[in-house]
Amino acid sequence: MAVGNRPLSPHLQIYRPQITSVLSITHRFTGVVLAAGLLLLVYWLAALASGDGAYAGALAVLGAWPVKLLLFLGTFAFFYHLCNGIRHLWWDSGHGFEIPQVNASGWVVVVASTVLTLLAWAVALLGGSS
Amino acid sequence: MSLRSPLGRALGLGAAGHGTQHWWQQRATAVALALLGAWFAVCLLSLDLGDRAALVAWIGRPLNAALLSLLVLTAAWHSLLGVRVVVEDYVTGALKVPSLVALQFLHAIAAAVGVIAVLQIAIGGR
Repeated sequence: MAVGNRPLSPHLQIYRPQITSVLSITHRFTGVVLAAGLLLLVYWLAALASGDGAYAGALAVLGAWPVKLLLFLGTFAFFYHLCNGIRHLWWDSGHGFEIPQVNASGWVVVVASTVLTLLAWAVALLGGSS
Repeated sequence: MSLRSPLGRALGLGAAGHGTQHWWQQRATAVALALLGAWFAVCLLSLDLGDRAALVAWIGRPLNAALLSLLVLTAAWHSLLGVRVVVEDYVTGALKVPSLVALQFLHAIAAAVGVIAVLQIAIGGR
């Protein structure tokens, strides 16, 4: 089968980005990010179980600035996937399929996940625990 | 007129033979993770992550150890269901099946290490 020679339908470079498509691919992307987050959670638990020295080492890694920036972005991925996941479950129950509703719920997800991310980091930093 | 056999229609398992299994498991784990994830996020913010003794004591409480184990297991299951579809969509050719198997192994290892770490802390006196 000559896979390489088939005509292709208009693709990502052709279509104008819309909130529906952008949020959809963001949901998938943040899901992949959170798969890495699972490994991070397991790394943290393993370090915690491995003693004071190991945990101090893990804290040094997680507290470094580039890692902290990744953790911040990871926090957004977590809240985005959580909020948009609830949006998906709402759709699964058969609600909210009109285009104005889809656009509105999309913006709710964007705002809610941003606010929750900033709120979580404000609490973490002002609480002095990170 | 349907071309499906009466048996096929009665079983309702579709061409791949799995029916709604993947879809349903993804939704069930999603609901569980929304609850467990929100719980864990709130707990993380109220804990001092620099204080290992306090964290160990926190995980040592049965409900926390149970929910944390369930979080690791459910997250691993939901994650595998998700990234599996991503690989099926974007990876073609000889790499596809090895990638899927590698992802299964990776998630199994993550789930096992996570749960064992929680158990070590909770009942192993770490």
